[in-house]
Amino acid sequence: MDQFVQLTVTGLANGAILALAALGFALIYKATGVINFAQGEFMLVGAYVIFAAMVTYSLHWTVAVAIALVVAILLGVGVERLILRPLVGQPIISVIMVTIGLALFLRSAVQIIFGTQPQRFPEFIPRGTVNILGATVPQNRLWGIGLAAVALGAFTLFFQHSRDGVAMRAVADDQQAALTVGISVRRVFAMSWALAGVTAVIGGMLVANLIGVSGGIVSFGLLVFPVVILGGLDSIPGAMLGGAIIGLLITYTGAYLGGGLQSVIPYVILVFILMVKPYGLFGQVRIERV
Amino acid sequence: MTAATGVYHTTYQGDLALRNTRSEYVRLGLAALVLVVIPFVASPFWLTVANQIGIAAIGAIGLNILVGYTGQISLGQGGFLAVGAYTSGLLVANFGLPFPLAMLAAVLVTAAVGTFFGLPALRLKGLYLAIATLASQFVIIWVVRNWDAVTGGTGALVVPPSELFGVRFRGDFTWYWLIVGFGVLATLAATNLFRSGLGRTFIAIRDHDIAAEVVGVDPLRYKLLSFAVSSGFVGLAGALTAHYTMIVTWERFTLDVSILYLAMIIVGGLGSVSGSIYGAIFMIVLPAAIQQMGTALRSVVPAFSRELPAIQTAVFGLVIILFLVFEPRGIARIWQRIKDYVRLWPFRY
Repeated sequence: MDQFVQLTVTGLANGAILALAALGFALIYKATGVINFAQGEFMLVGAYVIFAAMVTYSLHWTVAVAIALVVAILLGVGVERLILRPLVGQPIISVIMVTIGLALFLRSAVQIIFGTQPQRFPEFIPRGTVNILGATVPQNRLWGIGLAAVALGAFTLFFQHSRDGVAMRAVADDQQAALTVGISVRRVFAMSWALAGVTAVIGGMLVANLIGVSGGIVSFGLLVFPVVILGGLDSIPGAMLGGAIIGLLITYTGAYLGGGLQSVIPYVILVFILMVKPYGLFGQVRIERV
Repeated sequence: MTAATGVYHTTYQGDLALRNTRSEYVRLGLAALVLVVIPFVASPFWLTVANQIGIAAIGAIGLNILVGYTGQISLGQGGFLAVGAYTSGLLVANFGLPFPLAMLAAVLVTAAVGTFFGLPALRLKGLYLAIATLASQFVIIWVVRNWDAVTGGTGALVVPPSELFGVRFRGDFTWYWLIVGFGVLATLAATNLFRSGLGRTFIAIRDHDIAAEVVGVDPLRYKLLSFAVSSGFVGLAGALTAHYTMIVTWERFTLDVSILYLAMIIVGGLGSVSGSIYGAIFMIVLPAAIQQMGTALRSVVPAFSRELPAIQTAVFGLVIILFLVFEPRGIARIWQRIKDYVRLWPFRY
């Protein structure tokens, strides 16, 4: 029972990070139709910018996070303007490959600047332990889950009630209709990339605190795919639930079944979902019979 | 001066011919000459690179049949290469099969595995298919790593030297001829494929699947066939890797390899057989050239050679981005424009 509770908390914490990555992915896909393979690299950049600001320039963590947010927003908007806008109307393989190219470039740029060694991160999320149902649970994981929940809740409110959020939903629904009623689609595109950058910084900050900063952060980027396929590619509640399910699943399989099975289980589920219910739990169903 | 405005076919024979003009034959002759001369003048390092290019070109042609001509995205190339390499390597190592037979078996097995993992294509397209094939990549590599009894797991599979009728194929020089031979065969096969009904069907599915179905193409059947044909080429490339390097490990077939091959056909030109070859040359020579540069500059810029792998990856990513932003149709298109420019000179159009 103790182990189960511990695993559940760990799994949910991993799931929270995955959900944030998936949220960034879904934001971009929903509004612009672009599949961003570089979401994990955005998290990597976010984590390393915070790391550099805190360690190299010894700034307070609030300042570091603020700097990382600015960098991530600039990066997101820059990528949209310089790389993806010229590719509007190109086949989907081109869009996929350009974000893969971006991912490789960002990953190796971080490696050139910061080296390959995992770095000790000056954690600022409290580390102590608490007792839940008789199990000792690290406090920082609970903070991580809470923080991710707050962020996801804030995004949900943003989409439901703010003017920009509604505009983004309108563009996602029908770009031409949105243009006709006077929504600037360019602005919405830039905004969704910027918001994806923001989620990546929050995700990167959590990873850095819970696991430490290393090139391994990018592995969360690839796990985004099982998460979003399970939850539905363009659904925000789907990203949350999918993140939690995949996070728990990886942790449970790793602990109870072992044998490296946790690295393949998410993809087996992915294929299964694709065969049975390709639009996931909450995705919008577009039926096309060819 | 009379300059033709284009190449016109006045006979059916001319329309069916692979090459029409004298300059096309001259270029073919030049290319053949270069292929023959390379092994005699290249240093050992560049001869190895040439062999890698040959194998990569076969794999890239295979991938281009699927992605460039049929429009089905596959991120599982690395996995399919692994299937080819392990099948061929195991048949020779454990059952003592002569290597040409083992390679044939590898082609067939990879085609079958490719068809199986192509099944999601019956329901999915575009992005969803890309993600499904991404899963096939992870599943295949996981099987390779964990099926200890057969593949040797995370260890390496040692392939015995290739022998046929008492002749031993060993060393870069000997293998060069074998690889070039297979490369030429693969190129001819692919070029001819797209002059046949089957190839045209693939193109029809890529251009508009609904329209293709309306004119009587069964998309399900031909999508799977495309996976099979493409994987067959990829299996051949995998088998060649196994026998040429004589050692097979799972690390050679990761997702990075799938991406490398996709980069080849994008940089070379989607939907172009010659483009696959240009792409293979470009994408294999680039890291090798950077590596040579790093060695040359070791004393001048020590950081350069220390960060070599990262720099190679960064340049690789940058090349993909730049090509897609500035020339999405790749080197094949650039080459076409150069030819047009020369042919029409001094006029621009």
